[in-house]
Amino acid sequence: MLKIEGLSVSYGQRRVLHGISLEVNSGEVVALIGPNGAGKSTLVRAVSGVIPVEGGSIRTNSSDLLSLSPMMRARHLAVVPQAVSMPPAFTVWETVLLGRTPYLNFLGQVSVKDEQIARAALARVDALDLSERRVGELSGGEQQRVLLARALAQSTPILLMDEPTAHLDLQHQVALMEMAQELAHADPLTGTGGLAVLAALHDLNLAARYADRLALLVSGEIKAQGTAQQVLSPEAIAAAYGLPVDVIPHPFAEDVPLVLPLGKPK
Amino acid sequence: MKIRPYLFTFLALLLAIGLSIAVGAVFIPPDDLWRVLTGQPPQSVTQAATILLTLRLPRTALVLLTGAALGVSGAAYQGLFRNPLADPYLIGVASGAGLGAVLAMSIQWPYTLIGLLTVPAAAFVGALGTVFVVYALARVGKTIPTTNLILAGVAFSSFAAALTSYLMLRSTGELRRAIAWLLGGSAQAGWEPVLTILPFLLPGLAGLLLSGHALNLLQFGDDQAAQMGLPVARARTLILLAASLATASAVAFSGIIGFLGLVVPHVMRLSFGADYRRLLPLSLLGGAAALLLADVLARVVMAPQELPVGIVTALAGAPFFLWVLRRAKNQGYW
Repeated sequence: MLKIEGLSVSYGQRRVLHGISLEVNSGEVVALIGPNGAGKSTLVRAVSGVIPVEGGSIRTNSSDLLSLSPMMRARHLAVVPQAVSMPPAFTVWETVLLGRTPYLNFLGQVSVKDEQIARAALARVDALDLSERRVGELSGGEQQRVLLARALAQSTPILLMDEPTAHLDLQHQVALMEMAQELAHADPLTGTGGLAVLAALHDLNLAARYADRLALLVSGEIKAQGTAQQVLSPEAIAAAYGLPVDVIPHPFAEDVPLVLPLGKPK
Repeated sequence: MKIRPYLFTFLALLLAIGLSIAVGAVFIPPDDLWRVLTGQPPQSVTQAATILLTLRLPRTALVLLTGAALGVSGAAYQGLFRNPLADPYLIGVASGAGLGAVLAMSIQWPYTLIGLLTVPAAAFVGALGTVFVVYALARVGKTIPTTNLILAGVAFSSFAAALTSYLMLRSTGELRRAIAWLLGGSAQAGWEPVLTILPFLLPGLAGLLLSGHALNLLQFGDDQAAQMGLPVARARTLILLAASLATASAVAFSGIIGFLGLVVPHVMRLSFGADYRRLLPLSLLGGAAALLLADVLARVVMAPQELPVGIVTALAGAPFFLWVLRRAKNQGYW
């Protein structure tokens, strides 16, 4: 479980996150939505310890993430970044093994167990056959899967995703979100899964379809959180994005709203 | 661990060491060489023994250490800045060393041991001093943005180079010596240089050889490296310090040898892959081998006169590098 309370972050004099409180339980996908510049990426960076936090707390069940070293924090929380500017010369296998860093010494020597975990992570995202390929030769969808495998290799109970579908086509967007959902909703047969997943997403309909809960971030504040039906009201979305929208029920799933942008009023 | 790249590079280094010991103004036959090296000099080879022990061996050792430092520092800088154009001189080590050396030469020192050590000492202080100044200038709060570091380095380098040129224009007698130094043509004889730089060079080299995993992580950018558990700021500072220490000790006695620190890591990367845990030791061995070969050429082509080795590294190194680059079929090796 990830519990963020009263989190504030500033870039220099400018405060970009104002007292954010948000909980992500194990077994659920929470989508972080909001317009460009609302602070979604900043929230991901702050929670993952990349930028300093001004106030508030970030906790798991057992620990205070803010007091941990980067290495210890990386055992609790892994990040799936966007697949842009990956070093092309590394092989997929080398890349996924780097996910084991929080458990390795500074020389990065891996054990048989580390290799087993990396292999399992690659298998989990259906990318075992890519192991020997160079990252630069992969398609965007394949690269994104490799980054997900690298995050899984960190064996953390919490997964953050920073607009993971931004550069993917329709098919790969759906595949990735289904995978995120599977990872959160524990598999009753194998007992695997059960992660707490927080995903910053641009696509509201993808968020409505695959997230258990949504949090709407506008100008550094959480304006609404709850189920898709609660958060995706035409008024709230229009106010957040500055654009009138229509919200209609999904033809095949009643509890999934669909957001249709209407365009600027003439 | 794949052993072949190491074996290959190590053999090249052994060959280069052999040539460096054997080749020079006086040719030493292999059997004499062997007798001296195994510590049984008969009367007939006293001259060979003197040449070997006081000239060739210390020079070989100095050139080997210099090349090793430049090769491994170049690889580390390219990884640290994620920039294929980076070389060990990127943030001002060379111009700082040059300014220090020329400044020392413009003051007439007596030819005592202390006097002879002034130029290397001034170069060393100039090199490390420049890195610290650039580092301080580039600093924003607790972080050192890469772009700031490169730009501050380039700006400060131009400033130091201009001062150096001014000093050289004003000076009268030492101009030739200064130019030779700036082209990497100042290898000194005797064991003092080798023993003097070892305490600075070895920690630098050791630090770099241990930073392969950190550099691998940094290739994904600072954010991702931190998210995978690397204390980024500390790792960057330590790598920068180790590389600067190694480079500063390398240039102090040998002068500014260009191109080597840029090219050797690329040749190794093209040949053996991008994993920094492999690339750093290979660049160290390769740098040593390459500079030894260049130094042999520098002694031979205009014998009995010696060419500054920096001219050879660029003249022979550039075509070789272009050949390797053309041959490399794999796209996106960087």
